[in-house]
Amino acid sequence: MRHLLSIDDLDQERIEGLLDRAESFAEVSKRDIKKVPALRGRTVVTLFYEASTRTSSSFELAAKRLSADVVSVKASGSSVEKGESLKDTVETLSAYDPAAIVIRHPQAGAAQMLSQWVDAAVVNAGDGMHQHPSQALLDLFALRQRIGSVEGRKIWIVGDVLHSRVARSNIQAFSMMGAEVTIAGPPTLIPRGIESSGCQVRYSLDGIEEADVVYLLRMQRERMAESFVPSIREYARLFQVNSRRLNPRQLVMHPGPVNRGVEIGGDVIDSDRCLISDQVASGLAVRMAILFELLAHGDPRETDEGPVPIGEPA
Amino acid sequence: MNEVASSIPDDLDEMPAPRPLVQRPGPEATLLIREADLLDPAAGIEGKGDLLVEGGTISRIAEPGSIEAGPDVEVIEAEGLHVFPAFFDPHVHFRTPGQEYKEDLETGTRSAAAGGYAGVIAMANTAPPVSTPEQIEALRDRASHVASVPVGFTATVTRDMKGLELTDMAELRQAGAVGFTDDGLPIASPRILRRALQYQAMTGGRIALHEEDPELSGKGVMHEGAVSSELGVRGVPSISESTMIGRDSAIAGYEQGAIQVQHLSAVESIEQIRRAKADGVDITCEVTPHHLCLTDEAVRDLDASKHKMNPPLRTETDRQALIDALIDGTIDCIATDHAPHAIHEKEVPYEGANMGVTGLETAFSSVYTELVLPGRISLELLVEKLGCGGAPFGIEPFTLAEGSRANLCLVDLGAEWVVGEDGYESRSVNSWCAGEKLRSRVLVTVADGQVAFRLRTFSLGVA
Repeated sequence: MRHLLSIDDLDQERIEGLLDRAESFAEVSKRDIKKVPALRGRTVVTLFYEASTRTSSSFELAAKRLSADVVSVKASGSSVEKGESLKDTVETLSAYDPAAIVIRHPQAGAAQMLSQWVDAAVVNAGDGMHQHPSQALLDLFALRQRIGSVEGRKIWIVGDVLHSRVARSNIQAFSMMGAEVTIAGPPTLIPRGIESSGCQVRYSLDGIEEADVVYLLRMQRERMAESFVPSIREYARLFQVNSRRLNPRQLVMHPGPVNRGVEIGGDVIDSDRCLISDQVASGLAVRMAILFELLAHGDPRETDEGPVPIGEPA
Repeated sequence: MNEVASSIPDDLDEMPAPRPLVQRPGPEATLLIREADLLDPAAGIEGKGDLLVEGGTISRIAEPGSIEAGPDVEVIEAEGLHVFPAFFDPHVHFRTPGQEYKEDLETGTRSAAAGGYAGVIAMANTAPPVSTPEQIEALRDRASHVASVPVGFTATVTRDMKGLELTDMAELRQAGAVGFTDDGLPIASPRILRRALQYQAMTGGRIALHEEDPELSGKGVMHEGAVSSELGVRGVPSISESTMIGRDSAIAGYEQGAIQVQHLSAVESIEQIRRAKADGVDITCEVTPHHLCLTDEAVRDLDASKHKMNPPLRTETDRQALIDALIDGTIDCIATDHAPHAIHEKEVPYEGANMGVTGLETAFSSVYTELVLPGRISLELLVEKLGCGGAPFGIEPFTLAEGSRANLCLVDLGAEWVVGEDGYESRSVNSWCAGEKLRSRVLVTVADGQVAFRLRTFSLGVA
């Protein structure tokens, strides 16, 4: 694996490998000294063309925990605001000889394009409505910690699938790991022909009691102005997931940031069934694993040696 | 050249009609093409023969090996090669004035010549758009100095393509506009289109339409369907095109106007064209080589340089329907929509890139490779559909018949080449065929009596 651009770059075995690796990094995070020397002397650039809190901070901290030098560039307040093209910005940053570039961009294909220009490993931290593979991996990790394998589990993804890169990566990743995926939402927010990617489509929450996991997507208020839904009130009435709609064994996930009282009831967020904080914690371990696999370690299947030891605290 | 008219004559029927196409003057060809396979389906010419061009005119066609070369006659030994009437493209973007960094009249016509074309019609969505008679005159003057292939110019339907007011259509016609188009943008207002079609009854000049409902297209940049849903790239639904064709063919029928539907892409649109033709509407339509050869599956690589254009590549069902419509005559001609863009406008993430691909240099070879070789369409049909694109604008297809001006191309159907390997004649490199291996190649093009193109390796005798 040279880059992580899309869930398409992975298969079941590679995902298992990444999750195993993330488990050992989760251990590291419990130590007093949370840093390992794996990427000492190497540089990781994070390049964020969109506002982000959890993804950018988690990639930065992941790189630091691996002892890499980190350069964080945000579009606002940088030469990007002066009209510099993606290519020229990347040329400039390439002068630091980064080992990896983590990019988030509002347009689909940005990470892939970047990967053709640079020697560094490229990690897609979200491109338009296209892909957000590290999110899908951390979601799988959080589920593995809670319920083990998702094979044969029923997962419902509810809400604005049309505008969601998280939904696209997660439909692929959950299906790849053997889960049965259903998407539910108003027809205006379900992409045309999405059934061909192997999921079921529902226009209501009827039948949600079958779900082992309910994965909610953020419902943005702008969708009302664009006539995707008549009102947030009606959306919440039809598609909000709250304690009344769930039975006790069902788990709830959300990539954040949540709209409390819109797509998700506050009672759910505050309950034990809600995995949101597990997801955030998983983000760090999984992103450490991603950077480690890309930079410190070749393809595990190409060598006979077992996993490379993570090393002593730095 | 035409006279500059400063006012509209009293009797419009007596308007001076300038020659529709302009080319730079040059030496008239005198050459003998020997033992070639001649093919001109419309003229009933098919078979091996010698073809003699003298003073820019096809003076003789005879049995193979029967014509002796006189003094000062260039001889091309063409055994195993084909000669077709040259092609005509009613839809190219030459970017002059204002965007010469993408293409200009010299590079654009060189690109056309390299594809076997002896005539093209340039679109008017330049910067600024071609909306005044003075601009048409300036373009024709420029072409008379640099165009290696005859060019006709269109003017916009609405002033500066704003969709609000009509251009001075009568004066534009007098200045030499071969037709009218706001190509690049639809004419959103049915009222404006209706007025233009009423006015056309006086001025002539077919109105070519880029059919798309901006409300339905929204921010879409590829075909709306399973692939766009998977990729998370905003889609343009097929009905964005077909509903506008339905609307505009109804208006054209009502006003008895003449319209050309550009770059047809969707199966629903074909149905609209069939219905309009059956109702007797004066409607013609084009299809591009890329819509005949590719589908939205190609967009999975998110390579904007090769696979982002408007209208977008659609599904295999659409593609097959377009081929069938070409065969049954619903689609009148193949037009490239040659749309050059600079590298920096294409080397950006897919959604932010400019729309359009170049096509002149690969039109014949791409469709030959993808559709003729597998037996989906005949060579005759391809030659005919690449040749008849001028007819809706009053320009007769070229012919190999004795006594006609020499407009022909010499083609090696067996040649194999990788597109872009030796660069392009166009100033831009956004060919949808870039890096693809194609079969068949244009070796020589004669345009209105002048040798407009010779493939270097062929003329050096190493091909």
